[in-house]
Amino acid sequence: MTETLTPKLKISHLLGMENVSREDITLMLDTGMSFREVLERPIKKVPTLNGKTIVNLFFESSTRTRIAFELAERRLSADVVNFAASGSSVSKGETFKDTVKNIEAMKIDMIVVRHESPGVPQFLTRISDATIINAGDGAHEHPTQALLDMMTIREKFGKLEKLRVCLVGDISHSRVALSNIYGLKTMGAKVSVCGPKTMMPKFVEQLGVNVYYNIDDVIHDGVDVLNVLRIQRERLHAVLFPSNEEYNKYFGVTKKRLGKSSKPITILHPGPINRDVEISADVADSEHSLILHQVLNGVAVRMGILFLLGTKGKAN
Amino acid sequence: MKTKILDSTSFTRTLSRLAHEIIERNRGVENLAIVGIRTRGEYLSRRIAKSIFEIERIPLLTGALDITLYRDDLSQLDKPIMKGTDIPFDVSQKKIILVDDVLFTGRTIRAALNELMDMGRPAYIQLAVLIDRGHRELPIEPNFIGTKITTEKTDDVQVMMKEIDGEDGVYLIMN
Repeated sequence: MTETLTPKLKISHLLGMENVSREDITLMLDTGMSFREVLERPIKKVPTLNGKTIVNLFFESSTRTRIAFELAERRLSADVVNFAASGSSVSKGETFKDTVKNIEAMKIDMIVVRHESPGVPQFLTRISDATIINAGDGAHEHPTQALLDMMTIREKFGKLEKLRVCLVGDISHSRVALSNIYGLKTMGAKVSVCGPKTMMPKFVEQLGVNVYYNIDDVIHDGVDVLNVLRIQRERLHAVLFPSNEEYNKYFGVTKKRLGKSSKPITILHPGPINRDVEISADVADSEHSLILHQVLNGVAVRMGILFLLGTKGKAN
Repeated sequence: MKTKILDSTSFTRTLSRLAHEIIERNRGVENLAIVGIRTRGEYLSRRIAKSIFEIERIPLLTGALDITLYRDDLSQLDKPIMKGTDIPFDVSQKKIILVDDVLFTGRTIRAALNELMDMGRPAYIQLAVLIDRGHRELPIEPNFIGTKITTEKTDDVQVMMKEIDGEDGVYLIMN
């Protein structure tokens, strides 16, 4: 009868990776790994969140994150409501606060939110009693992506401590990069960033990362994992590089470049891939690429997070 | 106050008797599989499987069940560490012996039954427990019982096993 109990997750909402403790991250990654087994079962559904209602509040388009969240929610037996901003009352002029207040009046337990403005998840915790999970807020954070990246890396190497991980691409517009930097640093990894100067935020060194402006230098100095970010054309309001070809020439992760490393480098990419822009097709499909594994872990880690936060009882 | 209910010798004897009873009642071990509920039920099930092997010379299919995701009290508890379910065979058509250390309210068994049924359609499921301490809250009865004891609802029954606790034994702790 005696069971080993872990302390509960310290956080009550998942708003970002900044200030999330090492213990909490480890618990989320461990729980995510346990859910991998559930995904192998003939019936991939467990009754854990039976009776809980989760709203997916997406003010920005998303395919894989929304699908991964929805699958995770349904496999935990939660009731799921999807809300997309287009075609909703938002387009009729309702304010964000009123929209949320109205949805909340329908007695919901959790909100998974994606919004183009940084800080929206934080704001939601002030106007709602529901448990909030950030599914991406502008160029700020995307914590579940960072957790699935860390889960994938940890699964491959057995640890995160002292691993050399470099985030490559548009660092200044990337919420994936920021969440990864916070999370990986907390777990003791050696983190660097690499990208064109026009895509590098000012004072990025203050996050405790090494900064590179040349991908060949990263490979030359030695690196275990390259997390290649997508070039987000839709987010670029100014022209930050001349052409896809030009970007590929200087920052594209290609087989030829990786060949200069004495040992194989593991490749991650949050998707969707722009083949032969930030990453060449042969690298994306190579044995060292964990891109599809990230997708699998994306469902498992979100099940873990929903389970830990959803069974925590009322946040207060 | 802490009272010893089973010492190491009687612990081993009890498991050996349970193994014999399981073989007898099922008329052999054909199509039999043994599944323990984590944590100590899993170790008990492995010991019983070993005893059965020593008697019949046929290895049994074994598995472990983590019922965390099927609990009915998740919001009230601290989180149990999830260790995951590991049933490396198809449960359909199998005769399954479900093993747990202590049978109390019956809620753990309810959760385990639901989880097993979600994996397929066993021919039947029988329940073997080391200790039956009474106070059932659900209509669940074991098929094989190591020892039946009378307890107060507030008491604790502590099962110790060599594999994790360094010794075999069962204690009743009266609070």
